[in-house]
Amino acid sequence: MIFHYLKPYYLRMFFGLIIKMLGTFMDLGLPWVLAYIIDNIIPLQNVSLILWWGVVMVALSVGARSFNIIANRMAAWVARNTTRTLRHDLFEKILSLSGAQLDYFTIPSLEARMTSDTYNIHSMIGMMQRIGVRAPIILIGGIIITSTLEPVLTLVLVGVLPFLAFIVIFVSKKGIPLYIRLQQSVDKMVRVVRENITGIRVIKALSKSSYEKKRFFDVNTELMNKELKAGTTMAITNPAMNLMLNIGLTLVVIVGAYRVNLGASQPGKIVAFLSYFAIMLQAVMAITRIFVVYSKASASAARIAQVLNAPEDLKTIENTKLIRPEYHIAFNHVSFSYSKEPNIVDVDFAIKKGGSLGIIGSTGSGKTTLVNLLMRFYDVDEGSITIDGRDIRSFDKQQLRKKFGVVFQNDVLFADRIYENISFGRDLPYERVHKAAADAQAASFINELEAGLDFSLAIKGNNLSGGQKQRLLIARALAGKPEILILDDSSRALDYRTDALLRKAIRENYQDTTMIVIAQRISSVMKLDHILVLEDGKVAGYGSHEELLAACSVYQEIYQSQMMS
Amino acid sequence: MPVNKTRSRISEKSDKPRDTGYVLRRLWAYVYQYKLMLLAAILLTIIGNMLGLIGPMLSGYAIDAIQPGKGRVDFQTVFFYAGLMIVFYIFSSILSYLLSVLMIRLSQKLVWRMREDVFGRLVDLPVGYFDSHQVGDIISRISYDIDTVNTSLSTDLVQICASVITVAGSFIMMLVISPRLVLVMLITIPMSLLYTRYMAKKVRPLFRTRSAKLGQLNGFVEEMVSGQKTIKAYAAEDAIMDRFNALNNETAEAYYRAEYYGSMTGPTVNFINNLSLSLITVFGAVLYLFNKMTLGNISSFVQYSRRFSGPINEAANIISELQSAAAAAERVFKLIDEAPEPPDKEGAFELCELNGDVKIEGVSFGYLPDRVIIKNLFLHARPGSLTAIVGPTGAGKTTIINLLMRFYDVWDGGIYLDGMETRELTRSSLRKAYAMVLQDTWLFEGSIFDNIAYGKENATMEEVVAAAKMAGIHSFIKRLPQGYNTILNEDGLNISKGQKQLLTIARAMLLDAKMLILDEATSNVDTRTEIKIQQAMRRLMEKKTCFVIAHRLSTIKGADNILVVDQGDIVEQGTHEELMNKKGFYYRLYMSQFE
Repeated sequence: MIFHYLKPYYLRMFFGLIIKMLGTFMDLGLPWVLAYIIDNIIPLQNVSLILWWGVVMVALSVGARSFNIIANRMAAWVARNTTRTLRHDLFEKILSLSGAQLDYFTIPSLEARMTSDTYNIHSMIGMMQRIGVRAPIILIGGIIITSTLEPVLTLVLVGVLPFLAFIVIFVSKKGIPLYIRLQQSVDKMVRVVRENITGIRVIKALSKSSYEKKRFFDVNTELMNKELKAGTTMAITNPAMNLMLNIGLTLVVIVGAYRVNLGASQPGKIVAFLSYFAIMLQAVMAITRIFVVYSKASASAARIAQVLNAPEDLKTIENTKLIRPEYHIAFNHVSFSYSKEPNIVDVDFAIKKGGSLGIIGSTGSGKTTLVNLLMRFYDVDEGSITIDGRDIRSFDKQQLRKKFGVVFQNDVLFADRIYENISFGRDLPYERVHKAAADAQAASFINELEAGLDFSLAIKGNNLSGGQKQRLLIARALAGKPEILILDDSSRALDYRTDALLRKAIRENYQDTTMIVIAQRISSVMKLDHILVLEDGKVAGYGSHEELLAACSVYQEIYQSQMMS
Repeated sequence: MPVNKTRSRISEKSDKPRDTGYVLRRLWAYVYQYKLMLLAAILLTIIGNMLGLIGPMLSGYAIDAIQPGKGRVDFQTVFFYAGLMIVFYIFSSILSYLLSVLMIRLSQKLVWRMREDVFGRLVDLPVGYFDSHQVGDIISRISYDIDTVNTSLSTDLVQICASVITVAGSFIMMLVISPRLVLVMLITIPMSLLYTRYMAKKVRPLFRTRSAKLGQLNGFVEEMVSGQKTIKAYAAEDAIMDRFNALNNETAEAYYRAEYYGSMTGPTVNFINNLSLSLITVFGAVLYLFNKMTLGNISSFVQYSRRFSGPINEAANIISELQSAAAAAERVFKLIDEAPEPPDKEGAFELCELNGDVKIEGVSFGYLPDRVIIKNLFLHARPGSLTAIVGPTGAGKTTIINLLMRFYDVWDGGIYLDGMETRELTRSSLRKAYAMVLQDTWLFEGSIFDNIAYGKENATMEEVVAAAKMAGIHSFIKRLPQGYNTILNEDGLNISKGQKQLLTIARAMLLDAKMLILDEATSNVDTRTEIKIQQAMRRLMEKKTCFVIAHRLSTIKGADNILVVDQGDIVEQGTHEELMNKKGFYYRLYMSQFE
């Protein structure tokens, strides 16, 4: 998955690699010069020649620094661009997930993927290029250079490598699953924190602070133990590799002794070898660091890939034939369930253009589900929903949704200007926003604000009252002069008077708009053309207020409870 | 009663960054709690590194035994020292593993402690803090920021310990081998130090910006992901994407800038290393030429010099990591340092026996210092009465609840419970005196049983079932496959809004409270269910003082006292009949529904 994102930068990474190689080889050249001086220059007894070779060494040092810095910066550049694209794609994908997929991933988990997981990948990409590349170059380059010095001693060095590889593979095999489990604990911890933030009032009201502290204590302790386990496992790498290399180093001395004794080598070469071992040791130590980062990042990458690879849930289909084209909106024997229990059973109704429909029913009867289906957050299991006779599954999703103006239950405002909250990315002219605000009965309080439409809302609009927020949400729904207006329980934060004025404004100024109102109060729907009474996901009654009052027992019951008390 | 003028305020400490020293001292205070472990770690480090230091010395001796030329090698000596080398290296590796484990333990305990502290403070913060801070930002402090501190501590602390020993040890060894050659270090050490200093100055602000930007991005993502449905409904994906891109760019840029300078570190350190190697080679060769040094000496010296400059190089690495850790720690400490709810007054009463007589006298209050929401409010609720609070939206109805529960303290006037000023009472006993059902239902991940029993410790299954029955949710729960043991997932997604509401009502029913607060509590429940609940609540409300905020007139009609609130003032007060006869504000409000 990550490779796909790195692809555009392959060329740049290739150049980075070349530059890095040059720099690293310069690093590696130094001990070679050292051996050369000891074995070949010293016997000449020429001090100025020694000094000249010293200059060569310094030049190599300077070159190594410059090249490595350039390569590192290129690496940082690639890491930045890759993560930026990855985050962009992930966010875009999250915005396009279907309702069912959102339920499956859960919002907090998606947030974690957006933030800490992309961060882990960023660290890894950067580190891989800087140290991850350097370490193998040093190992391989070291082998090449040393074999020109003394091939037999190089064999000793090469002999150590399989052991190092074994350690790395062994530990990472153990380590990666541990990090995946660790991440789950992190999620758990974050969840508890989130619950505490959102439920702070209840927690304080019930004086449950100490209980919550205990709950946090448990997840925190679990997290600590998981981290300990993962950390302890990973910690084996470093000392084990160190040991391997040091044993190799000792072997070099012994084998070197034999070689010198046979006259096949010189002591200066052994000194150089020891130096190479030291450099390689450092490189290998760096590898172990990378492995920690890599383990974390691959766990993160898997979590991100899960989201990115989530299949397109709501596929666009070919429209075959028009069904009930004389109606604006039609539910044609629709059935649906979120999981197993049926939530909507054989619901069938149709609304004419410019008509209005009220939906009323008890909690959990499926009122909001109808909206979720109509706006295609979920797809129907059976039957179909049509707009002007055309199956909604044949529309482009964005085009379909642009027909709507909607206020959801518990809808959200964003920390932005009022204008932005109403216009909401549609670049509506100010006059239009003003008009919508006036229709939504929000003009009075907006005008009282010094900044008017430019007034900045706090997070979730917390610097407004519930009713003010509700009116802004309604203004947002009206602002686009929608074909279809949906108000889901949106008058509940409004007092009767505002509610009545709002209904009047909508009747007068949005005559072509087909309206669907979901409500608890009969008074909010009784003046609409038709009312749909839902019970347990089934239609319990359909008709005008008068018809229902005469014929529908469920409706009568609701009416009496509200009007007669 | 003296009038308390202190406004409830959210402590906003100045944003100017504190000095690194302060943050490090705070961190040190954490480390110090585990001083025994730390001591053990230091001891292990000393021994482990000493053993490691002997290695090059031994290899030097072995090399000296290898005389150039055929047949001149003293094998006995070579094997002797080679054997010793292996023994020392094995020991040193074991010790270094033990050390790592110890340090991981130490840093984990410490981070654990830190998370406890953050969370402990979090639940003690005034409600106002959460009204004005983004969830994502708070969470990023307790997860990402603390994690950064953790990474830095578990690796860097070992490094620092090891470095000190290695540097000192190598230096001594080099002095022993050749004091003259040590002069080379006079060039390289100052270079290292200067560079390290420069990096510290330059890079730290960059890392702080980086942390801040990430927090901002997290906040944005949080806001947008939770508003995802709305964004889709308005097909505003493109506009949101644009804003995201801008933020994403800024964050990526901040990362890049920090790394641009940060990435100089490794190569520079290597450079200093290589420079000293070059100098040692040249001067060592010259000294060898004049028979002041052996070949073994040069070999040992080179190895020591690497060990010597290695940590100094690492120091630059460590410093850049410590810097991001310090920036992260700063944000963590800032949260820990937030002022908690002011402590209960000294000698505050613990409420026990209570009649439930609530008086609000001359109260004024606002959330922002310059915006008064409630002006000079008077209210008297007798024990067992039902007070309904009605009025247009934004009139300050929920605010009254915030004040009754002391989520916020009043500016002026006072609230009295059985004649006692509520600020003279402990907050927990005051709050426990109320049962509360809020507009926003709140459930946590746990079983239905746990969620209902939340307010009452040691609640039995019978009590919970009884409460659920009264709330009219029992039959629903029984139909679930797991019954009362059903685990509610995140945000209670597997049950409907109305059912969530009923669960919180059941939770309130279980409480043994003298007073009851309903904040639009039944607004998510249809009227039929509401009637059932109301009957059950009537039973529950016996001998309880109730405050109900609702728009539904049927709820209000049965109230003993109706407060009609407009713009923070009680404009009218009385029973439904009285107010209707008065033909005032309430009358107009009531009639508007039949317009």
